[in-house]
Amino acid sequence: MAKNQKSLSSVFMNGIITENPTLRLVLGTCPTLATTTSAINALGMGAAATFVLIGSNTVISLLRNIIPDKVRIPAFIAVICTFVTIVQMVMQAFLPSLYESLGMFIPLIVVNCIILARAEAFASKNGVLASAVDGLGMGLGFTLAITVMGIIRELIGNGTVFGINLLGAGYEPMLLMVLAPGGFLVFGGVLAVANLITARAEKKKKDEKGVIHA
Amino acid sequence: MKLYLSTAPHIRSEQNTQSLMRDVIIALLPTTAAGIFFFGLSAAMVIALSVVSCVLFEYLWQRITKQPIRISDLSAAVTGLILGLNLPSTAPWWMPVIGALFAIVVTKQLFGGIGDNFLNPALVARAVLLASWPARMTGATAYAIPTMWSGADAVTSATPLAGYEASTMDLFLGNIPGTIGEVCKAAILLGLVYMLVRKVITWRIPVVFLAVFAVLSLLVGENPVVELLSGGVLFGAVFMATDYTTSPMTPNGQYLYAALCGVLVCVIRNFGAYPEGVTYAILIGNIVTPLLDKYSRPKLYGKPKKEKKEAKANG
Amino acid sequence: MNEIAKILLFMVSCVLSNNYIFSRFLGCCPFLGVSSKVETAAGMGVAVTFVMAIASLFTKLLYDLVLVPLNLGYLNTISFIIVIAGLVQLVEMFIKKASPSLYKALGIYLPLITTNCAVLGVTILNISSGYNLFYSILNGTFGALGFLLAIVLMAGVRERLETSKVPECLKGFSGSLIIAGLMAIAFMGFSGLGN
Repeated sequence: MAKNQKSLSSVFMNGIITENPTLRLVLGTCPTLATTTSAINALGMGAAATFVLIGSNTVISLLRNIIPDKVRIPAFIAVICTFVTIVQMVMQAFLPSLYESLGMFIPLIVVNCIILARAEAFASKNGVLASAVDGLGMGLGFTLAITVMGIIRELIGNGTVFGINLLGAGYEPMLLMVLAPGGFLVFGGVLAVANLITARAEKKKKDEKGVIHA
Repeated sequence: MKLYLSTAPHIRSEQNTQSLMRDVIIALLPTTAAGIFFFGLSAAMVIALSVVSCVLFEYLWQRITKQPIRISDLSAAVTGLILGLNLPSTAPWWMPVIGALFAIVVTKQLFGGIGDNFLNPALVARAVLLASWPARMTGATAYAIPTMWSGADAVTSATPLAGYEASTMDLFLGNIPGTIGEVCKAAILLGLVYMLVRKVITWRIPVVFLAVFAVLSLLVGENPVVELLSGGVLFGAVFMATDYTTSPMTPNGQYLYAALCGVLVCVIRNFGAYPEGVTYAILIGNIVTPLLDKYSRPKLYGKPKKEKKEAKANG
Repeated sequence: MNEIAKILLFMVSCVLSNNYIFSRFLGCCPFLGVSSKVETAAGMGVAVTFVMAIASLFTKLLYDLVLVPLNLGYLNTISFIIVIAGLVQLVEMFIKKASPSLYKALGIYLPLITTNCAVLGVTILNISSGYNLFYSILNGTFGALGFLLAIVLMAGVRERLETSKVPECLKGFSGSLIIAGLMAIAFMGFSGLGN
């Protein structure tokens, strides 16, 4: 039991840190670039994707012994599509302005590589609970990464975070950051920093190991 | 074919770079002087700040990444000078600083430093500033009408490309609103002659660039003389399109590159959202340069068909 | 005459000012993943162009002739993705026969055209923008040519930078993203063209 719990938490943390879909695996680049123009857009996108991830992972895990291997990819896409359509309808009904600003990137969650990748790599091989937790971890990892980028871009490009003015009236926002090039540059920059941190951590690990072996 | 254009990767020794860069700075001196003459102390401040920040960023980056310090090769100073000349005299202090950060750190050093940047650093900086603070870089509030040290307060106006009326003589001498370096065509031509005499550049890029641009302007119904003397096309063709690192090495590549730049300036000026397109035209030229080099290499690797397709797709 | 000018401008805007990569962020995965060699990038671009053009035709017909009359408009996403998956299968078989070397070079990215968001994106865009059949096909074809242009230019730059002294943390995706950002800045010059 204790072992099981530990593995669940490691599955959860895997998505947030070790295999963060955005920063470590670099999947789902398009929504990352397109929806990080503001913190709230990024958060909305992250929440929608997380919902789809949990749902599709759960259902695919449930059906993993029923779906024939040959048609598994189309079957996965059909499941994912169903959840995306649900999200689309719910957002349209309850959050029309957010839906409007995320535009076509909501239906495009269908082809977000993160979701299909998790279905293929995890949900089709693991139990229901673990798959749901994996979906949650991956979804939160994605949400966290793009929200950070959304905050950076909104702060520099508009002087605000979640719509709250932080830099005062005298600040002249750097428009580039909320335009297309800003998306690429901020994503590239955040990724470079993540690489730097990972490299440092690995080096430290190696050094420690070296000491033990010596 | 002169030495500098035929060797690749262009520049090896620091000494060579330094003497080359010194020549470019000398060629830019008349333009710099004219800019300061027309726009006064504020122009001098913008230029100085830009040069100092570029050199400082280069120094800091090389220091932080533990590389040998190479600011004495003067390349950062040239970038800073060209960046300063690309700004309006009304620019607040932080604009040249942010521009220098993008020019030196993001465009040049992140890709390996001198000789490895694929875009012209000063132009990237200008494009970044233009996109970020459009009201300070374009339109009726950005550019001062020359005061010539008369002590009068600077009045801003649109540039000749956006409706400012000026005689051909004023356009040629520089008594018009515009960026510090682009206004005085006489001084730019002086710099061009100096660089040609010193064999810093060949005639190919500036002449083909300007000729293609003039012919196309005529075809779309504009006066080619006025078009050539307005905006930054002359400054761009002489000082920015000719940058070694970001322009093709082979003569054929250079013709195509220059022609593409000429076409794009005309297209953006006449059909795009911006009144001036020199910055973007040369940047696109820079982006196409690796392909031009790849496919215009003599013999063995020659694949003229693809090259044409590429140029067309961009035109 | 006016109509022809309008069509020409629309084509230009699809390729340049509304470029799928640099202004719409569609198709970024293959753009970043298959752009290290010019030849491979061109092959990928051509394959995507083919799929996008045909997909625009079929999905538009499907939507107008089947989904709308049956009041099943909300099923567009799922039916479109099925059409696209089928088309990709066809292209894959064709390339495998016609050019085994290209097939090998494209590797995993070929079946992944199905999940290339530019393809699904263009079909959804055709519907949401209310384009007629002709404009849908134009949008698919020239939008894809814009993708082809972007990925080939990107590959040219990356080949050139292969030997440069890029800092360790900027090797791979992060560096490519910065390159793409700088290219996007240059492409901003096209804004307003054809609109």
